[in-house]
Amino acid sequence: MKWLSQNWEHVIGLMVNHLLLAIPAIVMSVIIAVPLGRLAQQKPWLGKPLLSFATLMYAVPSLPLLVIIPSVLGLPLRSSATMIVALTLYGVALMVRTAADGFASIDQGTHEAAIAIGHSRRSLFWKVNLPLAIPVLASGVRVVVVSTIALVTIGALLGQSSLGTLLTDGFQRGIVAEVLTGVVLTIVLAVLLDLLVVLAKNLLAPWVRSGRAAV
Amino acid sequence: MDYLLAAFAWLADSSHWTGRSGIPNRLLQHLAVTSVVVSIAAVIALPIGILIGHTHRGSGVVGAIVGAARSIPTLGLLTLFGLGLGIGLRAPILALVVLAMPSLLAGAYAGIETVKPEVTDAARAIGLSEWQIVSRVEIPLSAPVIIGGIRSATLQVVSTATLAAYIADAGLGRFLFTGLKTRDYAQMVGGAIMVITLALILELILAGIQRLARRISHPQLLTTTMKRN
Repeated sequence: MKWLSQNWEHVIGLMVNHLLLAIPAIVMSVIIAVPLGRLAQQKPWLGKPLLSFATLMYAVPSLPLLVIIPSVLGLPLRSSATMIVALTLYGVALMVRTAADGFASIDQGTHEAAIAIGHSRRSLFWKVNLPLAIPVLASGVRVVVVSTIALVTIGALLGQSSLGTLLTDGFQRGIVAEVLTGVVLTIVLAVLLDLLVVLAKNLLAPWVRSGRAAV
Repeated sequence: MDYLLAAFAWLADSSHWTGRSGIPNRLLQHLAVTSVVVSIAAVIALPIGILIGHTHRGSGVVGAIVGAARSIPTLGLLTLFGLGLGIGLRAPILALVVLAMPSLLAGAYAGIETVKPEVTDAARAIGLSEWQIVSRVEIPLSAPVIIGGIRSATLQVVSTATLAAYIADAGLGRFLFTGLKTRDYAQMVGGAIMVITLALILELILAGIQRLARRISHPQLLTTTMKRN
């Protein structure tokens, strides 16, 4: 606590950096994974290899990926773009299967009724399928949010400033309080963002109670 | 792209394939750490998960542990243990064991949990003891899911064992950290390529074993999934 009270300005700055890396990656993951999941669910010949690729992608270790991305894309080693690209890749890999499950969870009768009352393809997606998939999609977003927030800390090993900096700096200088602050704040950030997602889901899909979202 | 070519040149250089800090030795260390960690974690977590799945008691705890574990930054656990236990392999092994347990616990619990009550009741009715039900009915039937847990735990550990090199002189991660410190990007990217290749090979092998287990324990499922395609 003493350490934190002396360094809180620095810590707040790191927290902001942390969010500046995590939030764009989470948003991009969702924007990419939802249509891919829809595609995978509609076209199994495409979906199967896509989902297998996602599983394989998620198996790629994070630190090596952070090292490889700059040399493949020609980015500098220490850039937020590298971090965001890597985090987005993991986020998409984590979420695409849940997204496919979300669209598969929609009752076929509802889907057909929506076509029968004259929804166009576009409004079928935006007004029927997407809203109905929200509860399952939200459970996927929650997993992405929590794992992305934790993953950002790895970037600190390459000098990318975030709450992870407290872990590397605290370790090198032997300050337990600094490392503990980093761990606790990373978890707190994950829990807070997770709560925001649950809140958003309850607003967007008020017809499901939160306890049954995963089913 | 230049770095990538340099990395392959680094990998192809025969002088990097000998000695204590050569690629084969680092690879062996990496695999040794991974197998020690997964074994310790499995010995602890699998029996607990099987017990919870069999008795249906404490299932909420498993969900909570798995959810909470995801939010713990790996690097944080590693550095905390490193500060507590000092430089060396003890800290990373302990941290990795903690990280591997949730997946194993969840796999064992979820696998046993999905065995239908009719099946275990039938086993009980024909006179099997509780231990026999667990060992001869529930474990064989849930083997694919349990192996799935071992698969994700192994993958997580082999990835994270890279970070172990941050506090111990072991594993393929050494190439990344040495390369970073000496600005030897060829070594860094070469090491990264090695770790990624190792992880992907392990993933493919374990996925294959899981598929095999599924075929042995649920031969009838194969035909139904084939029909659906």
